[in-house]
Amino acid sequence: MSELERSASAGDGHATGTGTEVDLHPEPQYPVNDPGHPEHLPRLTDVDEKAADRATRQVATMFGIVPVLAIGFAVTYFAVPETAYIDFGFLHVGLQHTLLGVTAGLALLLIGIGAVQWARQLMDDHEMVDYRHSAASDRDDREYVVTELQKGTEESKITRRKVLGRSLAGALVAMGIPLVVSFADLGPWPTKRRRAATIETTIWAEGVRLVNDITYVPIKASDLEIGQLVNGQPENLKDLEGTELLQAKAKSSIIVVRMNPNTIQIPASRQDWQVGGILCYSKICTHVGCPISLWEQQTHHLLCPCHQSTFDLGNSGLVVFGPAARALPQLPITVDNEGYLVARSGFTVPVGPSYFERDSRNDFKEGDN
Amino acid sequence: MAFLAARRRHPAARVLLLLIALFVMGALSTLLAPSQQSSADTGTSQQVTEGKALFTVQCSSCHGLNGEGQTTAVIQGPPLAGVGAASVEFQVGTGRMPMSQQGVAQAPVHPVRFSPEEIAALAAYVATLGPGPAIPSPEEYDTSGVSEEDIARGGELFRTNCSACHNFEGAGGALPGGKYAPSLLQTSNLHIYEAMVTGPQQMPVFNDDVLRPEDKKAIIAYLNDLHSRPNQGGLNLGGLGPVSEGLWAWIIGIGGLIIFAIWIAAKGVKAK
Amino acid sequence: MARPAATVTEATATRAETPKPELGPVFKRAAAPADYLDQRLGVAKLSRPFIRKVFPDHWSFLLGEIALYSFVVLLLTGVFLTIWYKPSMAEVEYEGTYQLLHGLSMSQSYESTLHLSFDIRGGLLVRQIHHWAAMLFLAAMLAHSLRVFFTGAFRKPRELNWLLGVALIATGLIEGFAGYSLPDDLLSGTGLRFVDGLIRSIPLIGTWAEFFVFGGEFPGDIIVARLYMVHILLLPAIILGLIAAHLALVVYLKHTQFPGPGRNETNVVGYPVFPVYMAKAGGFFFIVFGVLVLMGGLMQINPVWTYGPYNPAQVTAGSQPDWYMGFVEGAIRIMPNWESHIGGTTWSWNVAIPGLGTMGLFFGVMALYPFIEAWVTKDKAEHHILERPRNNPTRTAFGIAAMTWYGMLWIGGGNDLVATQFHVSLNAVTYILRVAVFAAPVLAFIITKRICIGLQRSDEERLLHGAETGIIERDPSGAYTERHNPISQGEAYTLTQHREYAALMPAEADDDLSDGQLRRENLRRRASRFYFIDTLRKPTRAELEAAAHHGDDHDSIGDGHDGNGHNGHNGNGNGHHSIEAGRGAEGAGAVPSQTQ
Repeated sequence: MSELERSASAGDGHATGTGTEVDLHPEPQYPVNDPGHPEHLPRLTDVDEKAADRATRQVATMFGIVPVLAIGFAVTYFAVPETAYIDFGFLHVGLQHTLLGVTAGLALLLIGIGAVQWARQLMDDHEMVDYRHSAASDRDDREYVVTELQKGTEESKITRRKVLGRSLAGALVAMGIPLVVSFADLGPWPTKRRRAATIETTIWAEGVRLVNDITYVPIKASDLEIGQLVNGQPENLKDLEGTELLQAKAKSSIIVVRMNPNTIQIPASRQDWQVGGILCYSKICTHVGCPISLWEQQTHHLLCPCHQSTFDLGNSGLVVFGPAARALPQLPITVDNEGYLVARSGFTVPVGPSYFERDSRNDFKEGDN
Repeated sequence: MAFLAARRRHPAARVLLLLIALFVMGALSTLLAPSQQSSADTGTSQQVTEGKALFTVQCSSCHGLNGEGQTTAVIQGPPLAGVGAASVEFQVGTGRMPMSQQGVAQAPVHPVRFSPEEIAALAAYVATLGPGPAIPSPEEYDTSGVSEEDIARGGELFRTNCSACHNFEGAGGALPGGKYAPSLLQTSNLHIYEAMVTGPQQMPVFNDDVLRPEDKKAIIAYLNDLHSRPNQGGLNLGGLGPVSEGLWAWIIGIGGLIIFAIWIAAKGVKAK
Repeated sequence: MARPAATVTEATATRAETPKPELGPVFKRAAAPADYLDQRLGVAKLSRPFIRKVFPDHWSFLLGEIALYSFVVLLLTGVFLTIWYKPSMAEVEYEGTYQLLHGLSMSQSYESTLHLSFDIRGGLLVRQIHHWAAMLFLAAMLAHSLRVFFTGAFRKPRELNWLLGVALIATGLIEGFAGYSLPDDLLSGTGLRFVDGLIRSIPLIGTWAEFFVFGGEFPGDIIVARLYMVHILLLPAIILGLIAAHLALVVYLKHTQFPGPGRNETNVVGYPVFPVYMAKAGGFFFIVFGVLVLMGGLMQINPVWTYGPYNPAQVTAGSQPDWYMGFVEGAIRIMPNWESHIGGTTWSWNVAIPGLGTMGLFFGVMALYPFIEAWVTKDKAEHHILERPRNNPTRTAFGIAAMTWYGMLWIGGGNDLVATQFHVSLNAVTYILRVAVFAAPVLAFIITKRICIGLQRSDEERLLHGAETGIIERDPSGAYTERHNPISQGEAYTLTQHREYAALMPAEADDDLSDGQLRRENLRRRASRFYFIDTLRKPTRAELEAAAHHGDDHDSIGDGHDGNGHNGHNGNGNGHHSIEAGRGAEGAGAVPSQTQ
């Protein structure tokens, strides 16, 4: 150890010692001597028998109430109907549930408080002193272990015949392969083809009607007023159920809004994506996929409640605030011969959150036309 | 008589006479005028006239003398042609209008300033400015006969169309720039219906052609049922979700248990 | 029945024995069963070291117990819930008691949760106790880790125990997330949608990870079952193992204690496990359990029936995860929308950085801190006496700064509720937080450090001048002074028991060290100066004695003892510095530049 290192650790006041004793503190570190353990002062219950009796009665009473509460729990469980309610002040709660909780909770609490009170008032409160040992093992143990390990290693012949150890290590490492490979069917592999069939496509297609979500009532263009918002779905969603339905819905959900064409910007490439100021956008946020329908009628801004990404539906869904990076995909729509809104095609870009293999060059950007 | 005659030249005599004359004319006109007939749709011409009078005094400073709106002056108000009687009943009936403060993000609710007849009159007048949604009839927002299945469907409709702004319990939510979707916990059925139909301020329009009257009724019935139910699990902590739950976990859970811990480890009172 | 006196031999005579207490009736009856067990298990040998083991008493030592007991409650209530819960995403139509959802399609997991809440008596109570216990489990772990941090209990030999604790918090976080996603309601389903988007956004492997976790496209039909396995099998097993190791270390190393008279680095002062600690700790278990049951009964949490079943086209305003994920949520919300489109690829910095980076940063820094501090101080000694936070101002300031950073993100996680509750603009809150998340911790650091140093000065006041009595005396010449009472030796000992660390001057070139080593050493010394240069030095024995004498003939104004700041002592008014300007040799461990 150089002078540097030695002096750097100087003044830390600890005898470096052998590691078997805990470091003692020399004088300069502790300018005041330890006055020793303070004298034990008796509690009231230690000197006054009546106080001790009182404390005993307190504890016994607390424990004594517990069986009453426990029985109360059972009575509530069997006798109080589930439909009963308390309507008192600001309490509008289910009666059975609250009573069960209060009886059991108070019972447990009283056991605890009683036990603690017993310890604090009645149990002997003389503090005890125990001595620490160094965390490190003592020298004998260390020497013994090192010596025996050395002996054992020699006896195993592994140092002489190194190939034994190396081949064993290789064998064990190799067993990692079956372990890892066994998990390869955790899910389908998102190859390019599978991605194209799943996350990059929706059930929208040319001619599919736009309908109201939940009611499946088709939407007539002339029914929509300026400032109207409709939460919509494709008509063919009706044919799906279960997991397939949810997976489709997580991509196909749309919102239809009608705005005054004079107040919005419709780029040249999207003139025929809208019908007289009626525009259709994906409802799935491009940030992490929450459905958005918080639309401000006057500002035309759409706010996602999850992380507050805001999109301007009067400007091709461009992001105006928040952590989303890409514009909301727009669905090209037109009207059929009965006046109902239908899709012109599917979405032109994958809907929903970004992923590494996503080609985002086709998304609408600021300045596009 | 001699008492009055002796004071006929008293300075107060003229004023007093005037007051008496006014009182008599007022009494006569009240007694002799024909009774009003209120109509939800078009209103009688009497209502419209009254409404116009009220409008001129209370509303025209922001909305213009003929409801044409002001968008360039310091004090602004949108044009009211085509907003319909329903808008007026909603805005004035919930106390949002007359808006007391300009320049705030949105008109807050304050105590309603007009009587129901006055509101009806204002609505009738504004309805004449251009065709717009009429005040819904009581059958449309009376939810007493709605079936259990329809109430459940109303819940689905609520969560699809409304909860994104108003939250799953209708407790309200944030909009950009200091605006907010208000709480629905104290809102009447009529006003909920009107809000959907008229799309007040930033709220979009959900007209009857797309979100049919039976759908609206189902939504309102769901809200009524939801709000009338006691909370099954105990105090509802504001209905704001995990944020308030976490706050109370720290305050009551950790805070309360720390108080117990301090008691457990305290040295306690000594006898000396 | 008389017995002959035992023969006294040399051996027995020299063995002083206290007379054994008479065995009571309980002991007499337990003698035979105890003997049976001992002959097979060696019970006496096993329990000997533990029966009267001493644990020190302080309220802040019970925070870890809150976490432990909450976990026990989680296990108990969790088993109850598994009896009814069905972890299946298969679609069913609801025909149960809660009419507001009548006839709706939902997953079996949601339906079984509703059944448990409405049709099983006490079911909702147990469900709510379980959820409150989860909240308290994580809150208590964080509170406990703050106590350990601020008192320096993570120093040698407890660094590994600290790492176990960090692992416990991380595992607990995931466990809680898995748990509240099980009912498959609208709120937690929205959370799963977020996680799906987060996993997907990871560069290079995102879609693979997403398809592997969800078994395909979101939502798939298996994620709830997989989370169930994680929640009831994998993570509880890991947590139990970590808790066992954590507690074993506490028992082996013995608990730390606060400084005080009669206490030093070589002993533990406190109460024995049996009976006092058993009663206090056991009682506290019942108190924690009781509080949790009361909360479960009186405070509604996660009313899944009002959220409705998960539907990817529905969402609620005010969508937040449970509080312990709030800091990640906040990071995601305030992150600017940076995304790179390079060729045909998309690199979503806006999601991946806050989503994974926040947790990585939080747990990483937390795990590394003891080793960083050990590198700075080069302290190889064992520590069993806790430091009062004021005596290590830089560490305390770092801790408060970290809490502030965490707090800013927490606020960000609830920014829409902040906007509605306090009537401010949502956008303004976000913009302000983008700056505050960096600026506020720095400010907090500076303020905390000064407060700690101020507290150190008030301690020094008490040591040198005694406690203020509030009694003003006036001497014949007209001067006013306040009478001070000298503090007890016990208190003086407590105030001076902490260890001082050296702020070291830069080293000079040494033949034994390479350039790289010298650079590293100087970096370490610079860090030690940053850490300790402002810390007050303890008064020496001589100074204390001088002050005591001074106090004997104490009086008029004009000799500098007006009670605040010892302007006569050194130049910068900080009290006793660990390095005096210009003198490299003084102070505890400062390296003199001439001794090379």
